[in-house]
Amino acid sequence: MRKITVAQAINEALAEEMSLNKEVFVYGEDVAKFGGCFGVTAGLYDKFPDNVFDTPISEAGIMGLASGAAYMGMKMVPELMFSDFVGVAMDYLLNQISKSRYMGGMQPEGNECCVVLRLPSGAGVTAAAQHSQCIEALLMNIPGLKIAIPSTPADYKGMLKYAIRGKDPVAFFEHKLLYGTKGEVPDEDFVIPLGLADVKREGKDVTVIATQLMVLKSLAAAEKLAKEGISVEVIDPRSLKPLDTKTIVDSVKKTGRVVLVSEAPEFGNALTEVGLQISELALGDLKAAPVRVCGPNRPIPFSPVLEKQWLVNEEDIIEGIRKVL
Amino acid sequence: MKVSNEDLVKLYGEMWLIRMFEQRASDLFAKGVLPGFIHLGIGQEAFMAGTHYNIKPGDSVGTSHREHGLLLGLGITPNELMAELYGKVTGSNKGKGGSMHACKPKNGALGCNGILGPAQTIINGYGFAHKMRNDGNIAVTVFGDGASNRGDVHEGMNLASVMNLPVVFIIVDNGYGISMSSKESSVIADLSARAASYGMPGLTADGNDVLAVIEATGEAFKRAREGGGPSVVEFKTYRHRGHFEGDPTPYRTKEELEMWLKKDPILRLETVLLERNVIDEQQMKDIQAEQLKVIDAAQVFAEESPFPEGPEGYEDVYYFYEGSDK
Repeated sequence: MRKITVAQAINEALAEEMSLNKEVFVYGEDVAKFGGCFGVTAGLYDKFPDNVFDTPISEAGIMGLASGAAYMGMKMVPELMFSDFVGVAMDYLLNQISKSRYMGGMQPEGNECCVVLRLPSGAGVTAAAQHSQCIEALLMNIPGLKIAIPSTPADYKGMLKYAIRGKDPVAFFEHKLLYGTKGEVPDEDFVIPLGLADVKREGKDVTVIATQLMVLKSLAAAEKLAKEGISVEVIDPRSLKPLDTKTIVDSVKKTGRVVLVSEAPEFGNALTEVGLQISELALGDLKAAPVRVCGPNRPIPFSPVLEKQWLVNEEDIIEGIRKVL
Repeated sequence: MKVSNEDLVKLYGEMWLIRMFEQRASDLFAKGVLPGFIHLGIGQEAFMAGTHYNIKPGDSVGTSHREHGLLLGLGITPNELMAELYGKVTGSNKGKGGSMHACKPKNGALGCNGILGPAQTIINGYGFAHKMRNDGNIAVTVFGDGASNRGDVHEGMNLASVMNLPVVFIIVDNGYGISMSSKESSVIADLSARAASYGMPGLTADGNDVLAVIEATGEAFKRAREGGGPSVVEFKTYRHRGHFEGDPTPYRTKEELEMWLKKDPILRLETVLLERNVIDEQQMKDIQAEQLKVIDAAQVFAEESPFPEGPEGYEDVYYFYEGSDK
């Protein structure tokens, strides 16, 4: 199977869905002529000049446009240049696209809402505290909003295509350091539903549940521990909402030990919800209290030295795994 | 814009329907029958009926929290709207929206947004859809002097202008944003002046004169339909009631209210009808009696309707939910 990067996978997903449906629109700040700040949408404007467009710096305006057009049945795929910018467009996630269908009583016309909000996120690019965060936890407590958080090129492509074909609003997180990573992606048309976790590595001693860049780091940690005879299972939930608790619980029943790995700050981290659902659904199977390996509870520093210290690394994950063994 | 005698009579009936609906809602709220809180548009009927006059099938119209009347014009029936106010399952939104979120999107009645500001960017999405589908329809957003100061309104107007969308921004300056006078919340006399910053036309008209409203919206809607882009229309009017029912209105004087009661939009239309010999006083009373019957029936319908069953509360959150989580 051919190998492509996450950025290419996203680009292909957008191009394919625009070819299939004239009412798919990809837009935002600098996404058209410039090809996106991270080059993810490069070339799409040339191929689909009616479907790809630039907007002024107006995050609220971007999200408003998405909301109204989505209610009219269009497929809106806006990009916020950095997920950190969600703050200035938060109402659309908190009170608009997540609530309109419910408040409207699901009337047959006008209550579709396919907004797939692409959110480049994550640290490790010396971008300091306002351009580096993983903010998925901020969106966890909003009924009506789905959260996709994939890690591999195939998952990015399949889940993005699935989200665009759906009728629900989705916050679609893209980790900036994953854009350049490669993986196998099928040639044919395929989708991956939200709400399906993926076992990225099978193991029997401990279950590591990790998201985005931390999936890669956890796999590297698992590889190292394998040499010591420790068998680590790595699960990528791929979407936080819906959450595939079944795959997670099946693994916990097998290993009895859980480590939750996330780049975002530990306090109130999105994976805390996963941990609690495990305790509700599989407490009797746990042989040790679950351990969290997360970012520190402080902003992300600019200086490369301090940022490196801030980031969760392989050694942190290995240390976390040893704690539950 | 020439308005026929027949249309004048229709407008008169519509304005009375709005007033009677609102008066009934006021009474029912005072008796503790209606739950939640409600904002009534008594005194603002002219701008609602006049705006509705120029709406065509397929247009998208977003309203503010004081426009039950415009929703009635757009085809939410009095029965459906009253039932929604009661929180009944026969309401326009199955009782899940209430006064503030009643809507009927298939009729272009988008309803109100409980958060002030976002509706003025969201309207661009409707305008965008009309433009891309080239259906000849327009998107209209109605909001108050209070909401006009939100930052989202700036982003909405700028984007509508940059994208040349068929959108009309209708600002209803009814004197107050809850308790703050519109003279205190902005230093400019006419909020329509803001349109100039976006290179679009802005117009202020008398919102209590239904004919002036028809003239102003007619021009703006025509421009939008013909590809001339967005514009701002501001109506000066006054709410006879408080911000919400139960508001003791300590922020305004009796004299001010009395001055505006003399400018009652229904009285003004009656003067026109009499001057032009369209209908006489008896015919006016007949029209009022007819509308009262509609409101009585709506109340009976709402009272006799069931409340939603428990499971209803869990439905309509997603189109499709894939997870195995709780």
